[in-house]
Amino acid sequence: MGMNPLATRFASADFGLRVLTMNSLKPMRFISAILFTAIPCTAILVLTFAAGFTARASAQDEPLVGPKPPVVVKPMVSHIGNITGHAADGKYDYRRYCAGCHGDYGDSNGENAVWLDPKPRDFTIATFKCRSTLTGTLPTDEDLFNTIGRGVTNSNMPIWNTFTKQERADLVAYIKIFSPRWEKEKAGTPITIPAEPPVTIESISHGQALFAKLECWKCHGTHGEGDGPSASTLTDSKDNPIRPYNFALGGNDSRFKCGSTNQDIYKIFMTGVDGTPMPSFADVIQPNDAWDLVHFLRTLQVHRHSKENEVLMAAHGVIPPYVDKNPPPAADTNKAPGGGQ
Amino acid sequence: MRMWAQSHLCQKPQRVSSVLAAAFALILLILSSHSASALPAFARKYGLRCSACHESWPALNNFGLKFRDNGYQLMNERDSPIWQNPGYWPVTFRITPIWHRLSSLNQVDTYTPGNLAPTGSVTQRISSSGFDLSGLDFHTGGTLEKNISFYVLPSSDPTGAFHFESVNARIDNIAGSPWLNIRLGRFELNNLLSEKRTLWLTGNGGIYQTYHFIPVGDGNIFGQMGDNQFGLEYMGHSVDDKTRVSAALLSSNDGNVNLITGANSYSGFFTFDQGFDTGKLGVQRVGAYAFVGEAATYYLTNSSGGTGAVPIPGSGIGNKGFSRVGFYGQFYLGPHFDLNVVTQHGEDNAYFGQGYGDAIATDGNGGATATCSNPANGPTCPFLNNTPGTTLPTGSRSPTWNGYTFEARYVYSPQLIFKAVYEAERMSQQATPGTASNLGNINNYSIGYRYNPFMTSRAGFAYFGEFNLFQDAVGPLNSSNKATYQNTSELLFGIDFDF
Repeated sequence: MGMNPLATRFASADFGLRVLTMNSLKPMRFISAILFTAIPCTAILVLTFAAGFTARASAQDEPLVGPKPPVVVKPMVSHIGNITGHAADGKYDYRRYCAGCHGDYGDSNGENAVWLDPKPRDFTIATFKCRSTLTGTLPTDEDLFNTIGRGVTNSNMPIWNTFTKQERADLVAYIKIFSPRWEKEKAGTPITIPAEPPVTIESISHGQALFAKLECWKCHGTHGEGDGPSASTLTDSKDNPIRPYNFALGGNDSRFKCGSTNQDIYKIFMTGVDGTPMPSFADVIQPNDAWDLVHFLRTLQVHRHSKENEVLMAAHGVIPPYVDKNPPPAADTNKAPGGGQ
Repeated sequence: MRMWAQSHLCQKPQRVSSVLAAAFALILLILSSHSASALPAFARKYGLRCSACHESWPALNNFGLKFRDNGYQLMNERDSPIWQNPGYWPVTFRITPIWHRLSSLNQVDTYTPGNLAPTGSVTQRISSSGFDLSGLDFHTGGTLEKNISFYVLPSSDPTGAFHFESVNARIDNIAGSPWLNIRLGRFELNNLLSEKRTLWLTGNGGIYQTYHFIPVGDGNIFGQMGDNQFGLEYMGHSVDDKTRVSAALLSSNDGNVNLITGANSYSGFFTFDQGFDTGKLGVQRVGAYAFVGEAATYYLTNSSGGTGAVPIPGSGIGNKGFSRVGFYGQFYLGPHFDLNVVTQHGEDNAYFGQGYGDAIATDGNGGATATCSNPANGPTCPFLNNTPGTTLPTGSRSPTWNGYTFEARYVYSPQLIFKAVYEAERMSQQATPGTASNLGNINNYSIGYRYNPFMTSRAGFAYFGEFNLFQDAVGPLNSSNKATYQNTSELLFGIDFDF
């Protein structure tokens, strides 16, 4: 591809046909007129019918024989700030960018899905991992909008930040057409994230104790490397094997499935990752305790520069055992394994 | 690919029939549409449809542009090849069988009966048609490690003679910044309207004339933005790729190997473009570029071999300057229609304008040869000006010109695209006073379609049809002392596939 175009610039000087003249072609003019018309027409028609047969053949390869019903685009909308997305306007981009994995019908059965791990989201059940809303509820439009722009780490979902905001809002509206939940339910209310307290060695220590008490280690491993005793047994809600997050991988650019900031970590374990074994801890952790857990989780990212790791380094890399200054009145014999590791 | 010579318009009845046939076929194509295509090597790696990166393969959309700018990475945790199945081989083959009809003016010998020696020649239009073939491309590219990428493209002409169209390695995201990327090797310049990713395959339509324009008689082959060049490129971009900047230091050798041309002379290519979010219309992008440099005008030669004056590699001297500056625009009117615009103001030093510079001879069939046994053969021979102390003709001046490219695309669906191009190249100052003011001007028109009957991440397959009309003002002077335009046309249908 792409040879020196100068040849074409002056190619009229030599066309390799100097031995023929138009006089010698004259007796053939009638025949050539027919041929010049017939050849391209025949070629095009052959190619056209071949296209049709090709398409039919591929249709027969699919488990459901017969024409697929058209996708009914319901008049769904999304609201992102002052932008209103319309499903009808998202149809084109969905087909171009999304359908290969998520499927034309949003059922996660795109032609690439079989090769993907983890599997793409099934929009027909409207269960979403990344939410600011409580577990079991629908995410906000902004949650979906952010997921499209952020991508999903450790998956094949790219960072679609080249769209305009309007295009992303239209896509959010479009994926709502696949599940009746969007017509029957409203999105959940976003959780409130309190201001982050200062990072201290005490907060890290308390977070470590929570990590043990809440049995996070059973899946994520004692060092957060995703190698806990239960890790190999985990499956998602569609029985596909799933791996817990490995905090130790990656450097300064490491991301979580649903964001990269401390607020994002807070949100992840307070709302849970629906469709996976990662539960919501909103009912069992107080907000300040949750921040302590965030601070500890950051120290598991050993290759990442963070204020949490700075504090830990200042403490010579040793997390002191947590001492509860306000122990519960009843004796607590429920000691967590792995504490202090 | 490309490089099928030129052609001409059908006679009227044939033209009408062909147009009707094409229209009929297009309707059938649309009706038979079921479910477009990329370098399957990348698509296979990431599991994305071709349409995710390509407006219509091989032209990139904004997401594909970001992917390329990131060094063929999606910037996730799976960019490194260690994530791939060991059986994964990042290679794509591309070739295009075609039928085409060419028509162009030629100098034809005339004879008298019984006399085998030509008695003269006439200018005559010759048309020919038939089945043909493009060259074969081996695209191989991807990551060697996270943030270290490569691209190698051995490419053949239709006879199977190979050359290295692209060979480069790139270090991406240095210090974790998308603003720091370095590339070394032979590569396509950072042209927003990429010629190497053109949707066009005819001989004259398959290149952007604005990128290659050279005044008639000008010997400067070095300012061709469309050719892959040797050099070192810095490239930076914002995370969302809306802002892009690049600067490249290039050898002034037009991508030719072995330092036959342009030794000891360098050029610079600089670009900047910015995208703007315009809601439902899409991302509009505008930018500017400058290609400035110097190249040799004299070459030392060696005639001792008996094959004529052979330029001695690395002997170029007498560097003179040239420049190409202009603007880009990429304008979307919603997801279905976009317009790409490129402008250019070009200027060559007067020496180039008088034919100094090009030391590459052509062999008469478009191929390059290092020798030219018969300099009297005109433009197919090099412009060797190895006469120390040569002075320019009186009044010689720098040739200047302006170029415009407009390419419109209507994307009916990710599988079917209609396209049209108009290019105009206009001389604003000839190198030699008294030369017809329009000598060398070009009008270039192309229309066509491209249809992908299926859309997967495994292979690409497209039916395409194109018509190109190329007009260059190199004919006899008319009564107004203007050069007349000569028409060359090509009608082309084919199957473009890669796997």
